[in-house]
Amino acid sequence: MIPVIVIGVYLAVIAGIGLFAFRRGKSNTEDFFLASRTIGPMVFFLSIFATNMTAFAILGSSGLAYRRGIGIYGLMASSSGFVIPLTIFFIGTRLWALGKRYGHQTQVQFFRDRWECDGIGTVIFALSAAMLIPYMIISIMGGGTVLQEISTPTGTHEPLIHYWLGCAIVAVVVTVNVFFGGMRGTVWVNIFQTILFLCFGFVAMVVISHAFPGGFGEIIGKIAADPKNSFLLTRERMPQTEFWSYTLIPLSSIMFPHMAIMCFSARKVTAFRRTVIIYPIAILLIWLPCIFLGVIGAQMIPGLKDSDGILLRLLNDNAPAWLAGLLGAGIISAVMGSDAHQVLAMSTMFTKDIFTHYGGQEKYGEKAAVHFARAFILVVTVIAYSIALYLKSRQGIFEIAIRFAFSGFAAMAPVMIAALFWKRSTKWGALASTLFVAGTLITFAFLQGSPAPPPVAPGKPAVVAAKMDTATAVKLAASDTNSPVAKVDAMESKGTTNDISKPVAVSVAEVKPAAASAIAAPKPKMNIIWQVGDHVILSRAPATGDVRFWNSSSNPAGGYMTVVPMVFGSALCMIFFSLVTRPPGKKTIDKYFAMPESTAPSAPAAMTGKT
Amino acid sequence: MKKLLLILMVAGVYVLHQDYWNWKSADLVFGFLPVGLAYHAGFSVVAAIMMAVLVKFAWPKHLEDVQPHDSAEEKTGEERRP
Repeated sequence: MIPVIVIGVYLAVIAGIGLFAFRRGKSNTEDFFLASRTIGPMVFFLSIFATNMTAFAILGSSGLAYRRGIGIYGLMASSSGFVIPLTIFFIGTRLWALGKRYGHQTQVQFFRDRWECDGIGTVIFALSAAMLIPYMIISIMGGGTVLQEISTPTGTHEPLIHYWLGCAIVAVVVTVNVFFGGMRGTVWVNIFQTILFLCFGFVAMVVISHAFPGGFGEIIGKIAADPKNSFLLTRERMPQTEFWSYTLIPLSSIMFPHMAIMCFSARKVTAFRRTVIIYPIAILLIWLPCIFLGVIGAQMIPGLKDSDGILLRLLNDNAPAWLAGLLGAGIISAVMGSDAHQVLAMSTMFTKDIFTHYGGQEKYGEKAAVHFARAFILVVTVIAYSIALYLKSRQGIFEIAIRFAFSGFAAMAPVMIAALFWKRSTKWGALASTLFVAGTLITFAFLQGSPAPPPVAPGKPAVVAAKMDTATAVKLAASDTNSPVAKVDAMESKGTTNDISKPVAVSVAEVKPAAASAIAAPKPKMNIIWQVGDHVILSRAPATGDVRFWNSSSNPAGGYMTVVPMVFGSALCMIFFSLVTRPPGKKTIDKYFAMPESTAPSAPAAMTGKT
Repeated sequence: MKKLLLILMVAGVYVLHQDYWNWKSADLVFGFLPVGLAYHAGFSVVAAIMMAVLVKFAWPKHLEDVQPHDSAEEKTGEERRP
């Protein structure tokens, strides 16, 4: 009960800050959406960091480390610490300058102006909105999970706050904060939240270490000696191609609408200086303890089906109640900090890119635009909440984000880079890139979500066993207790596999021995979707069902993540269609590239700092 | 020359991220931290230093003087309705 009270007080403070900001605000859109572009350096860092840290930075990361080991840090955290500050440095500063000079408040406004085209802005808006919704859902799901776990008394399975109620509480508090406070309220809350969750990891490490007499060294020693878990201390089960692929994912950061909008809100460009330097260290402070504790958790509390809750379990079991509540509030901070910005960004986009752009503000006035924004906040929160409930038992927190938001936004990065640094880029190139991203996103989501194609040996036409449905294949394989399916099912019942390793995808992919005899096909080695000659272009990873690109037939677990063809394909579309179409008008080139004090310098100038 | 050195620095840090040499090593640092984790924690610090160097030597100083553009003909896309 004590942790619930502590978190309750915390949430009340958050809502109160929003209401206080409401009294300081002005009734115009620039103030509501960008706090009148007055965010100072330290607040800017705290806020942009909170914007980017979602539930998975704490819950998803420890949950993944629980299943896959220490490699998760290099896979996601250190690559983010390298790429994200670079994108803020090169892209964020230019966006800020253009916003200051020409009054842009969203990426779409910039794209419309830069490409001299209204339509391209609308297409990019639609794609961005579709990809941002899943990201918002993650935050609400994370909040619901935290409140449920924290409010479950030790030794029982009945929470005081159920998942649906936890999601509702988080959604309501975020809505109150954003609805009344706008960007100002959101940023003020971020100061409090970021400090809280930056302290979270260190405090959690210290508290949990005290609960083990032999210290962490002893537990790590046990993991190393345990054949089932020793892989958690290395990356031996992590394909190097996957590791490399992940370095492209952080390109998504600056393309998320809420991150770009944050860049517009800084008072001066000098606010970016401190941010880009501190950013990798801040990531280190949050991710390192979470990853480490996730691995420790695999040894201490084995067999969790929902491994995203491992950190909360460790805290519940090993920290005093009041401290567990405070640390839970730290996690909630990470959840709500990003969620508030996402909700605000969605509202900003709809208001500026649709309502205002198509004449709403001109017709109904500035105040009406703010009212429209607030009404939209309510609607989008209800939608996100409903989907969060629907998806609870279907996908892990981390995977939703990776599959539908991160890869898509990362693949949109070439459009932004071309807009800022390549004079010859055209709206047709941008349109081709955007449509390519949308197409590949839908295709990969469909391939990943649909039942796997029947397994065939490399080099054979993929029509063998096409008539055997999934259920049959699963039954066949599961009836053989030595089959991989039975083994995977057994692992799943112990919670040792990825949450998304649902029986359908895994079973069919691994159905080899039983199905092979049933269909009289050669013994398959991997699940091929598309093969050209000896080259496997698209396949599906046996363990997770994830679509992989350019795989080796001898290494079924290998191949590149789908973000790789998406990013490079998008870049190629931009280059090709720009070169074969008419260049932008002289007026636009002059505006963006030939000004005396250029706000969009060429790449060499960007590197040297010359004007 | 400065530009080349900065590009090489960024590329070098990126290469350091792909630490294939630590892939299967289960050695411990300080008796409890797996080397693969300790290495990337150190990499995060190196990334921060890299950014400090970029801020020092490649900061786009000209952006500090940007002022709002009031020309009516070059308003944002928001006002250019179809």
